[in-house]
Amino acid sequence: MSSIPTELKYTESHEWVKDNGDGTVTVGITDHAQEALGDLVFVELPEIGKQLAVKDACAVVESVKAASDIYSPLAGEVTAANEALDGAPETINDDAYGDGWIFQLKLSEPSQLDNLMDAGGYEQLLADED
Amino acid sequence: MLIHEQSRPGRRATAQAPLETADHGDLPQALRRKQRAALPEVSELQAVRHYTRLSQQNFSIDTHFYPLGSCTMKYNPRACNSLASLPGFLARHPAAPESHSQGIMACLHELQDMLKSVTGMHAVSLAPAAGAQGELAGVMMIRAYHDARGDHERREMLVPDAAHGTNPASAIMAGFKVREVPTGSNGDVDIAALRDAVGPQTAGIMLTNPSTVGVFDRSIQAIAKSVHEAGGLLYYDGANLNAILGKVRPGDMGFDVIHMNLHKTFSTPHGGGGPGAGPVGVSKRLEPYLPIPLVTQGDDERYHWLDEDDRPESIGRMTAFGGNMGILLRAYIYARMLGAEGMRRVSEFATLNANYLQARLRDAGFQLAYPERRASHEFIITLKKEAKAFDVNTMDFAKRLLDYGYHAPTTYFPLLVPECLLIEPTETEPKEALDGFVESMNKIRAEAENDPETVKQAPHSLPLRRLDDVRAARQLDVAWKPAEGTA
Repeated sequence: MSSIPTELKYTESHEWVKDNGDGTVTVGITDHAQEALGDLVFVELPEIGKQLAVKDACAVVESVKAASDIYSPLAGEVTAANEALDGAPETINDDAYGDGWIFQLKLSEPSQLDNLMDAGGYEQLLADED
Repeated sequence: MLIHEQSRPGRRATAQAPLETADHGDLPQALRRKQRAALPEVSELQAVRHYTRLSQQNFSIDTHFYPLGSCTMKYNPRACNSLASLPGFLARHPAAPESHSQGIMACLHELQDMLKSVTGMHAVSLAPAAGAQGELAGVMMIRAYHDARGDHERREMLVPDAAHGTNPASAIMAGFKVREVPTGSNGDVDIAALRDAVGPQTAGIMLTNPSTVGVFDRSIQAIAKSVHEAGGLLYYDGANLNAILGKVRPGDMGFDVIHMNLHKTFSTPHGGGGPGAGPVGVSKRLEPYLPIPLVTQGDDERYHWLDEDDRPESIGRMTAFGGNMGILLRAYIYARMLGAEGMRRVSEFATLNANYLQARLRDAGFQLAYPERRASHEFIITLKKEAKAFDVNTMDFAKRLLDYGYHAPTTYFPLLVPECLLIEPTETEPKEALDGFVESMNKIRAEAENDPETVKQAPHSLPLRRLDDVRAARQLDVAWKPAEGTA
C-alpha cells in the first residue's frame, strides 16, 4: 500500500499539493504515481515565472516504461522548480513527498485549494482504480 | 566481442570500388574533425562474421513468433523482395527522366490507385518515408486547409488518451496545441467528453480505429459528425489498418486524411527501424495540399510527375525524390499478389487469430483489459493480478518469453492499462504457433508462482542477460571508447 500523508491535498491525476500557508503551494507526484511509473530517468521542470491554469500540462516525468505529463493542480505562477531533480530524477522514487518535490506555485485563486481531494478522497480514488 | 575490440591498425578489407578522394575545400575549418574517426580496422571476413553474428542474435519474423502489438509484424513474402530487386528497378537512377522511368512510374501509379480504392480516399501521395512522417504530412495538410480558408483560430488538435505518442508529437510539430480526449471504460472514445471539447478552436481529431486498446470504436459516426459539425477534420492513423483491410474503409467512416504504414499492413520489412513508407490519402477538399511528387497518367497514356508547378498549394516535399522506392515496390507487389479478395482475407485471418489467442488466454485465466469486447487484430491482457500476487511484473514476463523463443508483445502500452501486454499475432501465424504461445504463458505464470526469481532474472538463454535499462537511460553514452589502460 502506498503512503498518503494526511496533511496534503491530491488531484485525480496523482499530483500532491502542500499548502505552504503564504499563498504558495509545493507540488509533486504521489507515492502511488512514482511506484506505477517505476524508476524515473528524466524530469522536465516548468519554467519559473510561467503562468499556469488548472490542469495545464506543465512538467514531464519519464521512466523506462513511459513519459507522463504533470498537470498543474491550481492556477498561479511558477515561483520555484526543483533543479536538484535534473541530475537525480530517482529522488522522486526515493522521497516523493519530500526532496522529490517538483515545483512551487504562487496561487492566483487560493480558494481553488478547496477543490482538491484530501487524503481520504485520494485513498478512495486509488481503491476505485484498483 | 565488439567489432572495435577486433580492430588492428592497418588491417583492411579488399576495396570493392576505386578509392576516391573528395574535395572538402569548401568545408569551414571549424566544422572539420581534429582527429580521425575511431572506425574499426578489420578484414572482410571479420566484418562478415560480425554482421552474421549480430543477425543470429536478433529476433526476427523469419526466426521467431513476434506478436508485438501495434506493429503488425507479419511475414514478408520473399516474392516481394525478389521482384522489387529486379535489375531494372535496382539500377534505375533516381534522377532518371520520365521517359526512362515509365515502368516504375506505372507501378507507383497503380499503387496509388489500389491504396485509394482500399481506403476509400479521393487521392493518395506515396511521398512520406515513414508512418510518423505520414502523420506529420496529414496534420500539415489540415493546417494548410484551415489557413487557406482564413480560419486561423483553429489551432487545437484533439487526441484520445490511448493514441500513439507520435500523434500528439506530430500535431505539435505542425504548430497545433494538443487536447486530450478520454477513453471510456468500454474502450470507445468518451463521446460526451468529445462533445464538450469541440468548438471553433478545433482543427481536427487524430484517431486510430480500431484503437490502440484493440477494439473497433463503435461510435465512429457520432465522432465524425461531432467534429465535422464543429468545423474540424478527421485524421486516421493507419497503424491498425490490418484489422479492417478490405472490409471497412476509413473514407466511408468520414475521415478526411489517412496515413498508411506500408511496413505494417502491406508487409514491407520493418528493418532496423526503417526504411518505412507512410503514404497519405485525402478527401477531395484536401487534395491540393498533398505532398509532392505524385504520379499521374496523361492523355497520352504516359506517366508524369506532378511537382511544385502542378501543385502550388502542396505542403511540399517530405523526402528527396519520390520516397522509399524499394519499399513502395514491395508493397505494390504484395497488393498485386493479394488482389481485393486476398486483402479481405488478410483482415479476416488477422482478427480470427487475435480472437482465438484472446479466448485461449482468457480461458487459461489471464485477465483481458476489455473482457466484454471482441478483439480487432490485437488485444490487451493485464498482469495486474499476477504482479500483485507473485511480485513478478509485466516486464519480467516479457523477458522470460524471450527464453521461450518469442519476441515479447508490446509492454506497458497503451499507458492507460496497468501492467499490460498488447498482443498482435497477425494473419500469417499457424494455429500451432498460437497454441505454443499460450502454453508458454501458462508455464511462465506457474514459474512466477513457484520460482519467481527465475522469471525476475530472465532472460537466461540469450547472449546477454537482463540489461540495466534504467542506468542506460540515466547515463546515456553510446560512443565506444577503448577500455582504460589499453589505448
